Amino acid sequence: MFDTALTTSDLMFLAKGAGMTLAITGVSVAVGTLLGIIFGVIRVQIGPIWSAPLTFILDIFRSVPLLIQLVLGNAFQAIVQFGWEPFTTSCVILSLYTAAYCTEIVRGAIDAVPPTTRRAARSLGLNWTQDMGYIVAPLAARIALPSWIGLTLGVLKDSSLVLWLGMIELLRASQILITRLQEPLFILMICGLIYFVLSFPIARLGGYLEKRWSPND
Amino acid sequence: MIEIENVRKSFGPLEVLKGIDLTVEKGEVLTVIGGSGSGKSTLLTCINGLEPIDTGRILVDGTHVHAKSTDINKLRCKIGIVFQQFNAFPHLTVLENVTLAPRKVKKMGRAEAEEIAIKQLNHVGLGEKRDVYPSRLSGGQQQRMAIARALAMSPDYMLFDEVTSALDPQLVGEVLDTLKMLADDGMTMILVTHEMSFARDVSDRVAFFHKGVMAEIGPPEQIFGDPQNEETRQFLSNVR
Ligand SMILES: Nc1ncnc2c1ncn2[C@@H]1O[C@H](COP(=O)(O)OP(=O)(O)OP(=O)(O)O)[C@@H](O)[C@H]1O
Ligand SMILES: [Mg+2]
Repeated sequence: MFDTALTTSDLMFLAKGAGMTLAITGVSVAVGTLLGIIFGVIRVQIGPIWSAPLTFILDIFRSVPLLIQLVLGNAFQAIVQFGWEPFTTSCVILSLYTAAYCTEIVRGAIDAVPPTTRRAARSLGLNWTQDMGYIVAPLAARIALPSWIGLTLGVLKDSSLVLWLGMIELLRASQILITRLQEPLFILMICGLIYFVLSFPIARLGGYLEKRWSPND
Repeated sequence: MIEIENVRKSFGPLEVLKGIDLTVEKGEVLTVIGGSGSGKSTLLTCINGLEPIDTGRILVDGTHVHAKSTDINKLRCKIGIVFQQFNAFPHLTVLENVTLAPRKVKKMGRAEAEEIAIKQLNHVGLGEKRDVYPSRLSGGQQQRMAIARALAMSPDYMLFDEVTSALDPQLVGEVLDTLKMLADDGMTMILVTHEMSFARDVSDRVAFFHKGVMAEIGPPEQIFGDPQNEETRQFLSNVR
């Protein structure tokens, strides 16, 4: 159908790039979400004044372009001689970037749980942990879900920036093939298709959970 | 027995309770009436320790509610409270709403908790609704569920804060009937209400709150028939 020089091994090369994209995104979203939940709960618990330093640091990660964070982060780890692989550096920076956004999502979701509902839970004798676990967590998760899915899809795409650290992920792999084969449109189409295939299940998972949880509201 | 001794409580510069002294005996039904902002809700939330107090003390069966050494969550099992807002847990079915605290706080098994829950739900006339989510209930049904949820902890005391105020008029009756039933069963209750004829009907004593002070307390015949306090008289003539 297509007259192309693209070989099976080239496709494998792309697939490996996609695997790298998925790995970096998976690690960063997992670690970032965990940190985001911890930071979000801390922010709600200790209030805006005491959490100001934390908020300030997270604001930096939210406002400085990711590319600059990656390059500076990499330079920093070299200067202090952490000796990190580019993969580690990429995951650390992207995790913090994800955590910064996730913290806001978590804080907003916890704040959106009606205080009167929480007071009712406490008045039944539930302690703070039980209130958080059985009331706040499920309700906040429902509220946070759409934003969190959006964040995850964003990180999946933004992870392409780690190519600046020499990582060969999906976009970089495509670029290499384009340089060699001079078939930019076709290769970019395949690259875009792979991004879509990676994103689609995440988006669907969101839709599925939203539907499953909705009759309960 | 609930003993409230010289309790003062401020929110910032606003003193909401200005030295309340009040004792509620076992089996007694005390109704609290009074104007908006007079401190009625605040008193109830202080009794089960949801709000701290500034001075004075509150004892429930001799236990100091606000003492650091008190296991407040254990004490709260004894004191059920139902609020004006319905406060259903929207992600749980009616049955799960009612079994949550018995299972997690009292560490009851599922079967035992459900048995108690179903008994309480039947008691308030919601036996058939046990598997639906609260969003499918009317306001009156949600409020009765909240009552069943509190009763499932087998409390010795029940506090009700204007539980019919957010209801459509035609739903008020079903909830008041539930309260009446509880009172007839001998439950010790403090209820804040604006339903004066109901208060007159079920109360052993009626307390009138005015600007953070308990201005008058007495049997319903006295408060409604022959109030001694000028403020009480004025309040009652306004609500009638
Ligand atoms: N958490 C709070 N923070 C600050 N002020 C509060 C808080 N809770 C209550 N207040 C204030 O305390 C006063 C007494 O409130 P409370 O809710 O006890 O009155 P109430 O007698 O129950 O009135 P109502 O009949 O309107 O329910 C009010 O002026 C209210 O604005
Ligand atoms: Mg009130």
